[in-house]
Amino acid sequence: MSKFPKLAIATALVTLTATPIFAEKMGLGRPATTDEVAAWDLDVFPDGSNLPVGSGDVLVGEELFADYCAVCHGDFAEGVDNWPKLAGGADTLDHEDPLKTVGSYWPYLSTTFDYVRRSMPFGNAQTLSNDEVYAIVAYIIYSNDLVDEDFVLSNETFTGVELPNAGGFIVDDRAETEYPIFTDRCMADCKDSVEITMRAAVLDVTPEETKARAIQEMVEATNPRNAPAAPAPEVAAEPEAPADPVVEAAAAPMALDADLVAKGEKVFKKCKACHKVGDGAKHGTGPILNGVFGRATGTAEGFGFSKPMIAAGEGGMVWDAETLAGYLANPRKYLKGNKMSFAGLKKEKDLAAIIEYLKSVSQ
Amino acid sequence: MSDEFEGVKPSRRGFLTGAAAAGAALGTAGMAKAEGERLITEVQDWATGLGDGVDVTPYGMPIEFEGDVVRRNVEWLTADTISSINFTPIHALDGTITPQGCAFERHHSGAIEMKKSDYRLMINGLVDTPLVFTYEDLERFPRMQKTFFLECAANTGMEWAGAQLNGAQFTHGMIHNMEYTGVSLRTLLEEAGLPDDISGKWLYVEGADASSNGRSIPLEKALDDCMIAFKANGEALRKEHGYPVRLVVPGWEGNLWVKWLRRMEIMDAPVESREETSKYTDTLADGTSRKWTWVMDAKSIVTSPSPQAPIKHGKGPLVITGLAWSGRGAITAVDVTIDGGKTWQQARLAEPGKDMALTRFYLDIDWDGQEMFLQSRAVDSTGYVQPTKGALREVRGLNSIYHNNCIQTWWVKADGEAENVEIS
Repeated sequence: MSKFPKLAIATALVTLTATPIFAEKMGLGRPATTDEVAAWDLDVFPDGSNLPVGSGDVLVGEELFADYCAVCHGDFAEGVDNWPKLAGGADTLDHEDPLKTVGSYWPYLSTTFDYVRRSMPFGNAQTLSNDEVYAIVAYIIYSNDLVDEDFVLSNETFTGVELPNAGGFIVDDRAETEYPIFTDRCMADCKDSVEITMRAAVLDVTPEETKARAIQEMVEATNPRNAPAAPAPEVAAEPEAPADPVVEAAAAPMALDADLVAKGEKVFKKCKACHKVGDGAKHGTGPILNGVFGRATGTAEGFGFSKPMIAAGEGGMVWDAETLAGYLANPRKYLKGNKMSFAGLKKEKDLAAIIEYLKSVSQ
Repeated sequence: MSDEFEGVKPSRRGFLTGAAAAGAALGTAGMAKAEGERLITEVQDWATGLGDGVDVTPYGMPIEFEGDVVRRNVEWLTADTISSINFTPIHALDGTITPQGCAFERHHSGAIEMKKSDYRLMINGLVDTPLVFTYEDLERFPRMQKTFFLECAANTGMEWAGAQLNGAQFTHGMIHNMEYTGVSLRTLLEEAGLPDDISGKWLYVEGADASSNGRSIPLEKALDDCMIAFKANGEALRKEHGYPVRLVVPGWEGNLWVKWLRRMEIMDAPVESREETSKYTDTLADGTSRKWTWVMDAKSIVTSPSPQAPIKHGKGPLVITGLAWSGRGAITAVDVTIDGGKTWQQARLAEPGKDMALTRFYLDIDWDGQEMFLQSRAVDSTGYVQPTKGALREVRGLNSIYHNNCIQTWWVKADGEAENVEIS
């Protein structure tokens, strides 16, 4: 009561004369249907109440995470750029710049489930099934070393998981710790000397272009749900891969299959959030891809490549049909330790198309 | 009406002939060059020709010369601009009401576009009858109107570890102050039927956007002074502030003021949502964190002079002005120091402070042209005095992020330029 001074008491008195039960109703609005309430009332509480029935395991979660989440949160939930880190940071809360993650900071697993179900993936919220949400949450706690890789998260196992920082919170205590001491209103002779101890470090706050919209496009493009429902009818004859792409790259212009280039441009939507092409393109999360075909790996000027990518280029690796096909099918496996957070293209046709497209931007 | 209209015509003709005569007079009287400013001694274009007609600007924007009075964002603060924040140009405003067009925005999934006809508000949980309202329904309830500030809990948050951003807009611009029109939550919740015993109950509120931004509020507060708003400063809310309906939670952190409000649920316990656990909690030096730190304590800022509003006129009469506010009541006094806190003088409040609304203060001085360490200090109706940064850090450490209501220092140099600094 003390938090709500005079006004609260005044209104409390008023309501005594008009207790809620007898409050006059206006007769506005209409009753909500049970289905309507169910559609919007998704709250999940720390004790697990209101959890939907379902389950998902760490391994499935890892795949889903790579597809839906890793572009921002990193493959290992370690975060990309300024996007939130979801794992790590154990025992850093009393350090300078603590790392606040699901594992190190969040008190309740219900919060993670609730948030992923309502608001993620960013730009594509409320498209995951409950089982998918269970699986992704399972992977997030696995990334925080809180469960083993064979763990299955379900509405039944849910309350068995306690997050490390569950006991790390206290209710606002400013009324005891601050209000009694913040009363000093000295007017004269308050101090002897005044010295500058720190000056504004950041003077340039000029806004820069951001990746937000591109990221959203990317999220949409990479959402497996948005993939064409039925596979296109078998193409009678796939154009043959160039016999010697390096040689061909050197010779200009390259022979291009316009149809395949067009298909590749569509596939490239999955890459656009991070990679720019064309006039005026700049490095984004990934390097510009103008001229990538025929170029040594890790050599696009001005981009901060991973060490393995630079080393491969120095060792003679060139982006050609073969290396691109291998890399784009499974980036993480093909070149261990590289920075590209992309699950890979699973279809041969997509690979052929994108390579043709990348050739076309390398003319 | 027609009489009035006819009366205009002759006077317009008279104006035109008058102007032509003046021009002729200038042309011939070139012999004696008038002494003084040409702005005055010569007839200016705007005094000769005509301005815009009334059909040019059906909805007016600020004149082009005020084009720099805009919201700005700080790119490195967040990963993108959709889940991000920008800042009110408080350095360039005066008075207390913030125009909607430059009032800061904070979104968690971007500013969505929703028609009034698509708007629904649900009330469910521990009520007699779960209800659904349309926008039109809401307009039929008895209305209230009041002015409140909205401050983001993270306002000044970048300054915990040290002086960082050079401008009042960036250090203190996550705030705005508007006159809201809407319906009290008590009225709406009573329509659904409150539980017999409201003690210890909570109200969960959520928005229609992808973030939902769900928050749990003690039902006592909700029934005390909270409202839904559909108008701000007399006109419909802007899209970026939650059109068509947002929640107003006076004196409490902005994150609770859910935009595009779609549902309110009376509950026995808080949800412990993302925005009330992983965010908007204040970590102390020992690693424990305060939660439910809803109220915004008393705070003030000198908006001019400041880094974005330097003194350009040299020594002599100088207006020092700024804003003060408290989530716990009204501002009763603001003190200003120009010597870094050795001595303070009480500033003049433009109007008596109002509960949980911005108060404008002025201090008129005769500046001697020497450097100043300029600070302001708010006092509210509870007797609370705005603390120094050092005093706050002593209690909370450096990692608190939110609720930084410390005294701000501007180092105003002899040339009138100002910089954000910390002083001993």
